[in-house]
Amino acid sequence: MSAPAVRAYPVAPLTALDTVWFQVAGTLCNIRCAHCFISCAPDNRSFPMMTRAEVGARLREAEEFGAREYYFTGGEPFMNKEIFEILGDALALGPVSVLTNALLIKPKTAARLKSLAGASPYSLDLRVSLDGYDAATNDPIRGEGTFDRIMAGLGELAAAGHDPVVTTTEACEGVAASEGRARFLEFLRAAGLKRPRLKVLPLLRLGAETARTHAYESWETLRGRELSETEGAGLQCTTSRMVTAKGVYVCPLLIDFPGARLAATLRESLRPFELAYPACFTCHATGLSCRT
Amino acid sequence: MPDLSEAGTYRRVALLGGVYSNYLALEAALKLVENKVDAVFALGDFGAFGPHPDRTLELLREKGVPAIQGNYEESLATDTDDCHCGYTDPRDNHFARISYDYTKERTSSEHKRWMGTLPKTLRLRVGKSRVLLCHGSPRRINEFLWESATPVPFVRRLLAEHETDVVACTHTGLHWKRWLAPGRGIVNAGALGRPANDGTPRVWATILEEADSVLDARFVPVDYDHERLAREMAEERLPSEFVETARTGWWTTCLEAMPAKERAAGRF
Repeated sequence: MSAPAVRAYPVAPLTALDTVWFQVAGTLCNIRCAHCFISCAPDNRSFPMMTRAEVGARLREAEEFGAREYYFTGGEPFMNKEIFEILGDALALGPVSVLTNALLIKPKTAARLKSLAGASPYSLDLRVSLDGYDAATNDPIRGEGTFDRIMAGLGELAAAGHDPVVTTTEACEGVAASEGRARFLEFLRAAGLKRPRLKVLPLLRLGAETARTHAYESWETLRGRELSETEGAGLQCTTSRMVTAKGVYVCPLLIDFPGARLAATLRESLRPFELAYPACFTCHATGLSCRT
Repeated sequence: MPDLSEAGTYRRVALLGGVYSNYLALEAALKLVENKVDAVFALGDFGAFGPHPDRTLELLREKGVPAIQGNYEESLATDTDDCHCGYTDPRDNHFARISYDYTKERTSSEHKRWMGTLPKTLRLRVGKSRVLLCHGSPRRINEFLWESATPVPFVRRLLAEHETDVVACTHTGLHWKRWLAPGRGIVNAGALGRPANDGTPRVWATILEEADSVLDARFVPVDYDHERLAREMAEERLPSEFVETARTGWWTTCLEAMPAKERAAGRF
């Protein structure tokens, strides 16, 4: 009898397909953030936009599997010309979150989103990325002049009656601690958000961020580790998948890694995943979930 | 196949969501449904928010109310340091900790032992429908099932995976229901212990009953002496944020876990 194969890395089974992500704008973005873990930019065409038909095919699959929620990201989702129709299709099936930099949110956009939200029994959450309390902290990360434009977008959302979630990263100094968090929420209230919500993400040393700081060290790996059931259950790859124009990936973080592409369809992607990437180390160590 | 008659067959039952130590609302609710239902079931989270946790537990046990564990009972029975409410926001966790520490300190060890004997789920029949009682969801004791974030396809999956016609839960503190077909769907009993973030101090109980051969859920408002509760909470030095909620009906904490629709309906 031969000994069972020893795996170098722990394996995460997919226990339930609860969350389905769509990289609806591909890697195309109207800005070039210094910490973007997939280096999205106006000229990054490595992942194309998704069409409404492509999204629809995967939505039908997700419905069949009883998915609980849908997230739309990019790049910048509002660069996709079919985005409102796509969001409407998803909102017919479940709650939706859209991750945006808010630069394209004009009064008309905010109103249209409000009417989409009103027409669905499910929630539409808008999650806006902002990297500081002022231009001096935000703009070096997200680009010259972006702070004012993001605040204007947030203002439009608030004026239309949305309660956006603001996402910031640990690049914003002190925000992870409760004092920093309280300060950030106060700043958002002062800026006119009635019920501000805040999501703080750890930095992922992938993509553009490796040039801003540095890449993962060789010891930052789950190699040789065994995960308990509780540790495994905390990993987002046990309950979600990331749909792109180039196939279904294990999670939103790893689309630059061919080994993280699982299949062309959701059905074929529901298999266990070996946690062989440094980002897996971050998810495990910080409890990171890309969900709100 | 699971045992579908574990907790019996009924025509009409009352379901009590989180009591949160609101023993005054519990008294009022039990009186309200007395002689009107065949049985009353409590869906867990007897502590938190309100004062004097043992008063709620004594009442539940004295009246012989069949109960399941919530995350509070699971935590108290196993002497853990955290209520495992499932919040992610530091402010929500701060208030959750105050509640839990207060409740843990003032719950007798005999009641904690009793909590450890409670099941995590119960199955019963109401009319022809199989009903599965759970706290958060059938798969996780502290899963939040909000109305605007629990879509039809997901409910269909829950019902199929757990071989039931109806899932009845609580944990979010807001009551709602969603039917996929007549007598088939999900009912969240909300909370008996805390107002429903609607600007009124009343709280809610749930009646499950078969009418015209189809199971339905009715949410029944429960009025009680909320001013007395607020006074006792203040005397016990519970956070003024909790006292305000008991008086006004608007939630001041546990806000960050809410999806956009539920959040927009509240004041804060």
